[in-house]
Amino acid sequence: MIDLIGYGAFFLTTALIFSLITLGLNLQWGLTGLFNVGLAGFVAIGAYTSALLTTPDDAARLGGFGLPILVGWLGAMTVGGIAAALTGMATLRLRADYLAITTFGVAVVVQLVALNAQNLTGGPFGIGFIPRPFGGLAETPLLFNLSNLAVVSAVTLIAYLALEHLSRSPWGRVLKALREDEGAAISLGKSARFYRVQAFAVGGAIMALAGALQAHFTGFIAPDNYLPVLTFQVWVMLIVGGSGSNQGAIIGSILVWAIWAGSGTLTSVLFSPEQQARAASLQIVAIGVMLCIILLIRPNGLFGDRPRRVRFGKRAKSATGESGSG
Amino acid sequence: MSLQFIVDGLLTGSMIGLGAIGVTLTYSILRFSNFAHGDFMAWGTYATLAVVSAIGAMFGKVAPIAPLSFGWPLFIALVAGMGFTALLALLLDKVLFSRLRSQGQAIIVVMASFGASMALRSLLEFTFTSRPTYFSRAIQIAMPVGFGVRITPDQIALLLLTAVLVLGVHLLMTRTQTGRSMQALSQNAALARIVGIDVAKVVRVTWIIGGALACVAGVMIGILVQIRPFMGFDMLLPMFAAAILGGIGSIPGAVLGGLIIGLAEAGAVQLVGAEWRAAVSFIILMAVLFVRPAGLFGVRQR
Repeated sequence: MIDLIGYGAFFLTTALIFSLITLGLNLQWGLTGLFNVGLAGFVAIGAYTSALLTTPDDAARLGGFGLPILVGWLGAMTVGGIAAALTGMATLRLRADYLAITTFGVAVVVQLVALNAQNLTGGPFGIGFIPRPFGGLAETPLLFNLSNLAVVSAVTLIAYLALEHLSRSPWGRVLKALREDEGAAISLGKSARFYRVQAFAVGGAIMALAGALQAHFTGFIAPDNYLPVLTFQVWVMLIVGGSGSNQGAIIGSILVWAIWAGSGTLTSVLFSPEQQARAASLQIVAIGVMLCIILLIRPNGLFGDRPRRVRFGKRAKSATGESGSG
Repeated sequence: MSLQFIVDGLLTGSMIGLGAIGVTLTYSILRFSNFAHGDFMAWGTYATLAVVSAIGAMFGKVAPIAPLSFGWPLFIALVAGMGFTALLALLLDKVLFSRLRSQGQAIIVVMASFGASMALRSLLEFTFTSRPTYFSRAIQIAMPVGFGVRITPDQIALLLLTAVLVLGVHLLMTRTQTGRSMQALSQNAALARIVGIDVAKVVRVTWIIGGALACVAGVMIGILVQIRPFMGFDMLLPMFAAAILGGIGSIPGAVLGGLIIGLAEAGAVQLVGAEWRAAVSFIILMAVLFVRPAGLFGVRQR
């Protein structure tokens, strides 16, 4: 029974960290219509920044500044936000696809740096000994898991309330206006690019915070945690929940994580240990097919407030309709 | 600095360029960035490998053609693989992309291609495991061609094959009615439709060319490097960068962009080390987006 509660708390903590990333993505895509397929990169930036700021001094690499955890989180948000702002500034004046390709590139480069900049990131071995809040409770797993859950829930709740407030604020209304009808919004004197860079930066900061939370929750990070499959999982979570809705983002994350974790348990029961790696790839196939099916039959997800018209070049807008049945 | 990087760069550049032709065609005619294009490459390569093994099982071991490391089975298998990859692309378009395209939201199609990419790649991983395989394990002796540059017969053959294919696609695009329809559709879709261009046919040809060339690029990687489920996904960023550098919609641009990126990668490897190879395409991509987003041969978007 106690084990079950402990596992439940652990499960929910992981799911809520995913929710936080999904909330950031929802601000970028659901609210503003910005397509980010490199979010794993921003999550990794947050995790590594916070780890560098808070770990004890390490002779093998730069940093280990031993700062308080809260400073690490703020640092993660700042660096993640700046990275996202720079990406946005470079590409947001161009066609929407360019942002997709650029963010994809950002994720590839972050992964490369994490893997190869040994004296900054510890290379393939990652960074260990990341201080854990309530690390003192680690001997009593139940208490440890519950207190982690409390912290992560609190952060997610704050992010949720802030985002709900933001999307109803004048600022959020400008974003929605840009998403729905760019021309009209611009004619009202709103700078499309300026607002989009802001939205992209805030979304990136939230993703980075989620990365930092996870780093401190597990105490160890390595480049393998931030592969493209992470980006993919979060996208499925947002699409299932319904982009445009913050509740949808949270519920979609918990639901998809439950499916993912459940199917992971199932395959570990059904397949022999040497077949586990293959079973894991089958899991990804299933989720990929699920994403495509949802896009085909229910693009609004469960709670969706999908943008009716997404930012796209004028030229493309007229052309995408019915361009052949294949 | 040894000049060997020119040969390496031209070879990598050919692979990137052949792949980028498909990317640029999909982008300009169907108007979305196809994230599954790299996985067409990998699927085509595994299909080719399967046919090679099947021929090997039927006819026993076939001696390679004099200086090359491969014999006639590979040529047959390559043609079969190209056909298979084209069919795969057509199939994916039929069940997924065309339906989403008709909803008129291009970015949803990009998202679907991202999902399809993950599913396709993981399916390969499931079937063949992530362990690399090879067409041949024979080691070729590189011939010196002067200035300290060495090249193997395989490499010469593949460079020639690339040149022939690129020339063929270029002629198809400029000299045939289908090619001109494709250009018309990419320049002004509404007008093209009004003058009665068969859009469905153009879409089919786009996928067939893109898929077949992706297969060739993949087989080149398979011959020169190794075959892995991730081989195509790793090429995605260089291919996008090449297509954008060359100017979206331009086939000579995509090939030239591929060669530039290939040469830059090979040159950078000597300077900063092979582990940073993938960053080169990103840096070139960002530089192009900042300085000349229309690319080398592109027209400014209206």
